[in-house]
Amino acid sequence: MTTPAISVRGLIKRFGDVEVLHGIDLDIPQGQVSCLIGPSGSGKSTLLRCMAFLEEATDGLIFINGEPLGYAPGPQGKPVRLPAARIRAVRSQIGMVFQQFNLWPHMTALGNVSEALKTVHGVRKSEAEERAMVQLKKVGLAERAGHYPSQLSGGQQQRVAIARALALEPKIMLFDEPTSSLDPELTGEVLNVMRALAADGMTMVVVSHEIGFAAAVCQQIAFLDNGKLLMTGTPQEIFGKPRHPRLDQFLDTYLDRGAAMLV
Amino acid sequence: MNFDTNLIVSMMPELARAFGVTLLTWLVGVIGAAILGFLVAVARRYGSPWLAYPLRLCVEVIRGTPFLIQLFLLYYGGPFIGLSLDPIPAGLLGLAVYGAAYFSEIFRAGFEAVPPGHVEAAECVGLNRRQIIQRILIPEMTMLVLPASVNMAIVLLKETAVLSIITVPELTLVISAIGSQQYAFVESLFLLALFYWGLVELSGRLGRHMEARLSKYRFVTA
Ligand SMILES: Nc1ncnc2c1ncn2[C@@H]1O[C@H](COP(=O)(O)OP(=O)(O)O)[C@@H](O)[C@H]1O
Ligand SMILES: [Mg+2]
Repeated sequence: MTTPAISVRGLIKRFGDVEVLHGIDLDIPQGQVSCLIGPSGSGKSTLLRCMAFLEEATDGLIFINGEPLGYAPGPQGKPVRLPAARIRAVRSQIGMVFQQFNLWPHMTALGNVSEALKTVHGVRKSEAEERAMVQLKKVGLAERAGHYPSQLSGGQQQRVAIARALALEPKIMLFDEPTSSLDPELTGEVLNVMRALAADGMTMVVVSHEIGFAAAVCQQIAFLDNGKLLMTGTPQEIFGKPRHPRLDQFLDTYLDRGAAMLV
Repeated sequence: MNFDTNLIVSMMPELARAFGVTLLTWLVGVIGAAILGFLVAVARRYGSPWLAYPLRLCVEVIRGTPFLIQLFLLYYGGPFIGLSLDPIPAGLLGLAVYGAAYFSEIFRAGFEAVPPGHVEAAECVGLNRRQIIQRILIPEMTMLVLPASVNMAIVLLKETAVLSIITVPELTLVISAIGSQQYAFVESLFLLALFYWGLVELSGRLGRHMEARLSKYRFVTA
């Protein structure tokens, strides 16, 4: 069996006194799309942010392609923090896409995508921009390269944000509700880019309320409820009968039930 | 009382010199205040608490006392602690320190207004803290603080008039001196107000022009 792209082991996350993740164990398989679903406030973003090391786990470990992220198993069983250079090296395998796009408003689309290549990796400006253009083409925005974020639609901004993450050639892409702040008519263009990425064999973890997308594109679905992973499985296993009662309730309350029926 | 325009014309060379002093002390004072204020804001945000606390106290004291009194203390009280400055350097230092207290608050608010997600996105693509400050925070903040900074610069322009009390030969000092020599207070004060108003109007326009030029960088809220 190959090493999972991401392994989460006994992950506990507390904010102050409030524990929001109560011991998560989850494997993200290589080259597949995994969807994280669950009611709002169940801890999906927190789990994803831990995988990107934007949040540090209170306890437990995360491995990226077998390498510990941030903390390694210590001699007394207590995780020990790794040196900054190790953390950066492991993090560089991960690309992150946010619900709010988070493009830098003072840079053009091309500037946003080429920034890290120039600043972090010391790539010459002309070469960095060439490589950035390749990514912008991939998301269908080559002709918008010179536009600033304020001059782009939400869907275009999110596609630039995807290109920005792709420019560093990550092995894993994390998406936190990438279409939730978009008008319905703009979600399609972003989902299409994500579908193309999936078809290319990119390992992806997607937090999404787009159940149709989850059912059609994801090979694995994990259902998170109240900080606990209630079930993981294929779309058929998750959405097929008989359903977990909490999942049934969730589908009733939050989502388009019809989409799940199609599976 | 008649309004004597000939008098105004005859004062021109002296006025021009005073105008130059006002303009220069203002520009140097504003630049000094902005740089100092920026350093204070960075030190308070990223420095150790041992530095942050006394800095906060200084900022509070300076913001809580009149510029006139600060300047008096600096110029007339400075020699008691071995700080004897000529009027112009004392005025520049006073203006820079006074303005820095306000600028540091403007920059502090600016740092806080940059969405944390913009910094997280930079972290995710591998920028280190210094690169994030240089490439993301400072440029984004500049956009956010521009209107308040222009405003502050205009306030400082008017505060240069206070430098007359420590005998800096700027507009207010020169014009009121001419006024009392010639018994022409109304003409001179009218002229003085006109000078300041003209400068304020001009710098306000410049500020709005800059804001318009930078508008394409403006924040988009999703
Ligand atoms: N930075 C934070 N500080 C305190 N509480 C937080 C923070 N981030 C998230 N939470 C809390 O953790 C819980 C899970 O949040 P989140 O992971 O955002 O859920 P989801 O993405 O599933 O909606 C919520 O109760 C939320 O209020
Ligand atoms: Mg969330």
